Amino acid sequence: MTTVATTVSTNGGLAFYNKVLEAVPQGERLRLCLQCGACSGICPNGFAMNYPPRSIIAALRADDFAPVLESDAIWLCVACFACSNVCPAQIPLTTGVLAALKNEMLLRGKAPAELQTALANSRRYGNTLGQSPRKRAEWAKDLTLPVPIMAEHKEPVEVLWYVGDYASYHPRVQKVSRAMVRVFQAMGVKFGILGPEENSDGDAQCLVGEVGLFEMLALKNARAFDKYEFKEVVTTDPHAYNTMKNEYPGLGVSFPIKHYTQFLAERLDQLWPLLRRDQKYRVAYHDPCCIGRANHNDIYDEPRRVLSAIPGIELVEMPHNRENSICCGGGGGGMWLDGFSWERTRTRTSEWRVAEALSVGAQVLAVACTYETPRFDDAVKSTGHEGDLIVRDIAELLAEALGSG
Amino acid sequence: MDIVVPIKFVPDLVEEMEIGESGKALDRTFMRLIPSEQDDHALEQALLLKERHGGTVTVVTLDAGDVDETLFTAVANGADRAVKVRGEGFDKGINNHAASAVLQEALKDIPFDLILTGTQAVDDLDGSVGPLLAARLGLPYVGYITGIALEDGKVVARKEYPGGMVAEMEVALPAVLGIQAAEKPPRYVVTSLVLEAMKTATIEEREAGGADCSGAAGVTRVYLPQAAERARMLEGDANQVADALVALLKEHRLLS
Repeated sequence: MTTVATTVSTNGGLAFYNKVLEAVPQGERLRLCLQCGACSGICPNGFAMNYPPRSIIAALRADDFAPVLESDAIWLCVACFACSNVCPAQIPLTTGVLAALKNEMLLRGKAPAELQTALANSRRYGNTLGQSPRKRAEWAKDLTLPVPIMAEHKEPVEVLWYVGDYASYHPRVQKVSRAMVRVFQAMGVKFGILGPEENSDGDAQCLVGEVGLFEMLALKNARAFDKYEFKEVVTTDPHAYNTMKNEYPGLGVSFPIKHYTQFLAERLDQLWPLLRRDQKYRVAYHDPCCIGRANHNDIYDEPRRVLSAIPGIELVEMPHNRENSICCGGGGGGMWLDGFSWERTRTRTSEWRVAEALSVGAQVLAVACTYETPRFDDAVKSTGHEGDLIVRDIAELLAEALGSG
Repeated sequence: MDIVVPIKFVPDLVEEMEIGESGKALDRTFMRLIPSEQDDHALEQALLLKERHGGTVTVVTLDAGDVDETLFTAVANGADRAVKVRGEGFDKGINNHAASAVLQEALKDIPFDLILTGTQAVDDLDGSVGPLLAARLGLPYVGYITGIALEDGKVVARKEYPGGMVAEMEVALPAVLGIQAAEKPPRYVVTSLVLEAMKTATIEEREAGGADCSGAAGVTRVYLPQAAERARMLEGDANQVADALVALLKEHRLLS
């Protein structure tokens, strides 16, 4: 590897450098930084950071790292992988440099209080929302056809559905979960959920540098998965997909996992005849970071193919799409840092997305991530566009198209 | 300065509470116990004082079951000693009169200048632990404290009163202070440090024998609050509802 002079000695710089090396296999690549600034330019919150990614590395080289540790700019990072994706030197910024800096800030007790609460909640309850773990499957309670919970089901399933925190507890996202049940049931998929045995996937905890907590949660999920027979894990949560596919194997935990749009795209022949209700909408699809550019997961075509199967739908593209999609603002702990971010940026990326969707004449903003329905619903309201744009998860659009129309 | 923080475990209200078969207590079969929120604040305040002035922080708790993780977390956060007092019936919960007697006994060989504990807890039925303990130890007590400054041989405590009033009170040491809120929200300590504490720290275990719960009022019946009167819903469009609401407020002399 070509070496670029990297001076690291005092001011916490050396310790930080070592931390990055320890955190990710390709950590050493940070020595290859060209200082081109592409990372800082593409960062959706870079304009409000006194230390965007490029400057963090510059400070490390200049042996002037103390001011980086004084700044709270790192908490504007939403772990959207935009910087990692454009870096010509392929430095693992999101999972390496930025997560390590967040870890350092956590150790120094310099994390915003709201985020600390989400972490404390996931350690105590296994979910970031601080809800009762015993009530994790309550969203599925009053459905006509019961949702099998593995501990009671006692039979192998085709699909073990990892539901996730928000889809289990948040009232808006529970609607998406119930829609997903209708789709699975209409297709005759033999599926089950873990219910109270399911824990937070750990993606946010991992990307904010709370590695110990991530490991604890991942191992709890692994133990639950281990108890049951299934063909594959399918998840409605891109964060779960990303972390289970890319981070769990590092803990010796691996199993076949698909995002639900992949699972459905493979079964379009089966899905197609079931979708009989015309949906005369112009739909813009928002690519979630975590199944898109994050770790080159590259799930871009499958959600579009599934959407196109709905009769009557006209798919339009927003200016930022696929790997250039803009984060909804909820990743990497952003879900709990809205107040912190608003104070410093006076804007919301979710509002930019709503403006983009409207600019291409979309009537529906289709999403495929459990953070996104509430975030974009809020953005539609806060920009005064209630009635102009409807936010729906792909699962909801499919459920609405089921049956004869 | 040496500070002792007694931590009380209370039912976690995130879970549904159920009344036990006796009808006189909560069913504890599936009950999750968590450290009382204000005791978390008391610990944070103690750690802030230690950071500012040095000294030690000792956490003491009665063994209600599953308390170790909380004690190790306190050590990971900066506490120097963690003491767990076992005793018959502690897992079923003992009243504050009995708890304060157990704590008094446990404190006989733990030196302290200051005891910080939560002003109150969700399950207090017979007063709160702070003043009961202060009375037993013959020490001054001030509650509803939201900040502490140390001066020569005394502390200046910031006490909250209802209606937005705040007083600064000089309290001679040693003393017991009831914490309403620490000067900062309780800190989060990363999991790896808690796990490290579990490996390296030792919880000092004491045996208290039984507890005399007779000093407090007895519970004759526990039951859910009963709705005395149904709420009245105002019907109509926004204007009609607003008119009805204004009329109602005038009727009750809340508007003139």
